Formats: sequence, structure tokens, C-alpha cells
Amino acid sequence: MKDYAAECASLETVPVSTSGDVVSMRQMVRILAQRGGLSLVHQTKLVTAASELGRNMLVYGGGGSVRAASVTDAGRPGVFVEFRDKGPGIADLDLALTDGWTSGNGMGLGLSGARRLVDEFDIESGPSGTTVRIVKWAK
Amino acid sequence: MTDRVPVLKIGEVLLVSIQTDLDDQMVLDLQEDLSNRIVATGAKGVVIDISALEIVDSFVGRMLAHNAAVSRILGAETIVVGMRPAVAMTLVELGLSMSGVRTALNLERGLKLLRRIAAGRA
Amino acid sequence: MNTESNIRLLVDTLTEQREKFLTQWTRTVGEDLRGRLSTAELGRELGELYDAVLEAMTAGSLDSRGEHFAETRSLLIELSRNRARQGFTPTETVRSVFALKEVLEPSLTGDADSARAYLQFARLLDGLGLLTSEAYLRTREEIISSQAEQLLELSTPVVKLWDGVVGVPLVGTLDSARTQVVMEKLLQTLVDTDSTHAIIDITGVPTVDTQVAQHLLKTVVAARMMGAQCTISGIRPQIAQTIVALGIEFGDIPTNASLSDALRQALKEVALDAEDDVRGLL
Repeated sequence: MKDYAAECASLETVPVSTSGDVVSMRQMVRILAQRGGLSLVHQTKLVTAASELGRNMLVYGGGGSVRAASVTDAGRPGVFVEFRDKGPGIADLDLALTDGWTSGNGMGLGLSGARRLVDEFDIESGPSGTTVRIVKWAK
Repeated sequence: MTDRVPVLKIGEVLLVSIQTDLDDQMVLDLQEDLSNRIVATGAKGVVIDISALEIVDSFVGRMLAHNAAVSRILGAETIVVGMRPAVAMTLVELGLSMSGVRTALNLERGLKLLRRIAAGRA
Repeated sequence: MNTESNIRLLVDTLTEQREKFLTQWTRTVGEDLRGRLSTAELGRELGELYDAVLEAMTAGSLDSRGEHFAETRSLLIELSRNRARQGFTPTETVRSVFALKEVLEPSLTGDADSARAYLQFARLLDGLGLLTSEAYLRTREEIISSQAEQLLELSTPVVKLWDGVVGVPLVGTLDSARTQVVMEKLLQTLVDTDSTHAIIDITGVPTVDTQVAQHLLKTVVAARMMGAQCTISGIRPQIAQTIVALGIEFGDIPTNASLSDALRQALKEVALDAEDDVRGLL
């Protein structure tokens, strides 16, 4: 995945430490998606993915921060969102990305489901935290 | 957060119309409120209107499925009505099919379906 | 002789004989395009281009990708976009640039020095020609993708078959972009027309593979979550054979052999609901 964060002139950042913050984060992502000209279905998919990842971050990573921006690639507009926490990290990424696997009490659709909803998905995890980056394109 | 989603009683039916973007605490509160109200009122049916919801993620989806199962045990049938097309497409992609939940296109059809179930015709 | 003096020679020649070169250039290109562009328009276009090239060279550059040629490049991009939209071939478009070589050839190949300058100029024009063809291709790609989008819209009409029943006849190959559009339109129509039954007719779909089956299944599940029933009709015998042979899981999808069967089934269910209403049961 390209380093979209480095390319963006202005990144909007919100902290996520309560479930109320997840709601405001979703709204921020939706506004960016609307501005970027994403179709209603694409907007919905992106915001849903953001909601899943935001909750994951809160529940498993103890909260963190979300950065988002409009990006373009070869004239195609899109939205980039990055979720960064300082939690314990994910021990087995492949396992965590499997449908139905969960370490908590969820349905295990968070990571794998979110990945299916977006066009680009990138995850890094270590003992000092987890970072997930996603991009959804307008077409 | 002290906001709670109102649960309205109309005859033997409890009506929940979700009008705002829910945070997880509100979802949990609603789950609890609903089962309490079913027991307290002896309601035979529950209609949850989600037509105002712009997204339903796995947490809310799970709450809807959970509610349907719990209310069935308590003797009430749950109908989820008004899911938007974009939301339905997203849920399918997410991997959630809500197979245990009965649905209807809108509130009116949801209420009809409840009466049909009560009459043993559905 | 070095590059600098070559450039000086080129600039001098191009400045002195501007009128003559420009007229010839316009004529050569005009012949190529066989009168599909007016001479006046062509003359203006090429005149601007000529002056932009001359200006960049006066600044001492022969690098077609350098900053001095920015103006030239944007003129060329504009030119090739217009040509692509007007339906000219790539050869005709790029020839507009290369023709300048032919025009300059007789005046610049008299002696060894000017021949060397001519070669450098030719290399510059080659670079500009490549740029033109790239811009041409990009424009054509844009045109193709926007047409594909329009086609997508055209090819998926969702029709109301009866009160409470909508249908969509699919024709041609199903890919995921198209299925997405069909799905969206169909589901929205269910809401708009308050219809409880949807029929997707695939009589016109040549093959059903695992992916297409997946897409159909997703549509059926999404419709069900919204409170409507979705049936697939028009499954031809060969397709049924393929589905079984490939071991595609079609289990959860309600199917009918023909559209009329599917419609009859849907009408029966709609009628049953209406009957309940009339009986005052509800």
C-alpha cells in the first residue's frame, strides 16, 4: 500500500477513547466520503469498516487515534483512514484476519469483514501497538 | 451517555424507532430495555424500525439478532423493518446475514406481518 | 559545434522563416487530416505550438520534459485531447507533431553543422510526439470508461411486473461492477415501489460461474434482510448442468426455470397477503 499519509497535505485527526468517539469518527469519515464523491453504497461500506476498526481499537487496543484524508490516485478520488493504537498488538495476524475468529466476545467479523468492505487494507502489529490503514475509492 | 432509545407500546406490540447514530452503550442499553419491557408488558411482538440508520455494523447487527432470539424465548416475535439497500449490501459483504431475524420493507408491512404471525398464517 | 550553438542556429532559422515554415506545416498537417479541421483553426493551433517551442528553445532548452517546455506540453495535451474526442486516429494526431520535421528538413540539411542541429531538433520532436500519443491514449481510455459506465446504466432496467413484484432481465456477462449496479437498483426499486417480491431473470446470461453465483446469492440475501423475497429465473438447462458440475452452492437461492413460473409463484404469494387483508384478518 502506498504511503498515503505522507502525501496528504491535511489530515483530520480524532482521538478514540470512548464509544461516543467512535460515533464522531464515523461522522468525520462519512463527510470525507461524501466530499470525495463516493456513491452511497461505497460511503456506507467505508463508514461501516471504520466503525468496525474503531471499535476493535477501543476494545482490544485500549483506544488510540484515527487520521483520515481525501486522496486521489490517477484522477480517481478516494478516502484514506488510519487507525493507530498503542495496545498489546495482535499475536497472530493471519488468525485475526480469519472469518469467525475472535479473542473477545464479538462475532469475529471486525478485521476480516472490514477488509472486505474496502479497496485497500494494510495492517501492522507489534508489542507497541497496531496500525490499520484503509482506502476506499470512488469507483 | 444517558441517551436511551425509546421503546413505545402500542397494544400488544412494542415499537422501537432508532433515529440517531447509536454508540455501543446505547445499543447495550436498548438490548436490556427491550427484554425488560417485553416481560413487563407481556408484548407479543416487537418492531424495530432502522430506516433512519445510515450504517449497521456487526455490533448493531449482532444486537438485532440477539434481541430476536431473546424476545422469542420471552414469547414475542421481532420484526426488523426499513433496512436501507446500501446497509443491506454492506451487511452481506461484511458476512452478516441475520438469518434468524424476520424482516419487512417498512413499518406498515412489519405490523401486518406480526398480525399474520399471530393469526398463524406466516 | 556544441548544443548551445545548435540551439542558436535552430532558433535563428525558426524565427527568420516562421511564416514560411508555419504555412508549410499547416498545409502538410491539413493534407493528413483531409480537411476535417478548418485551415484557420489548424493554423492557430499550430501557430501557438510553434511559438511555444520557439520560446522554450530561446530559453536554451531542448529537453521536451524540462520546465521550459511546460507550455508546449500543455498545448500538446490539449491538442491530442481534442483530436481523440473528434475521432482522429493516433497516427493522424502524432503526425501533427512529426510533420514539422519534414518541413524543416530541406532548410537544415545543407551542411554538416545544420544537419547536426536538425538531428537534435528531430529528437526533441520525437519526445513531444511520444507525449502527444500518451495524452491521446489517456483521453481515449477516459472516453471508454465513461461509455462503459453509461452502458452499465442502460443495460440494467428494473421493471415493475405487477403490484408488489419487480423484475430485472439480465443480458450479457455479469461482472462484479455490473452486479453491484443491478443489486443497488433492484433493492432501491423494492423500497420505492413497496414491492415484496423481486425476480432476476438470467435467460440472457451466457454462463454462470462461481463468482456470478456468489453475486446472485448476495443479492438474494440483501433483499431478504430488507424484507423482500428474491427469485432467480430463466436458468437454461446447460447452466443448470454447469452449476451442478462445478459444484456451485446454489442451495439458498430460490430458483425457477422460467420467468413466467417465477411470476406465477410471486403473484400467488402477493395474492395470499392481499386475501388476508381483505378477510379483515389483519
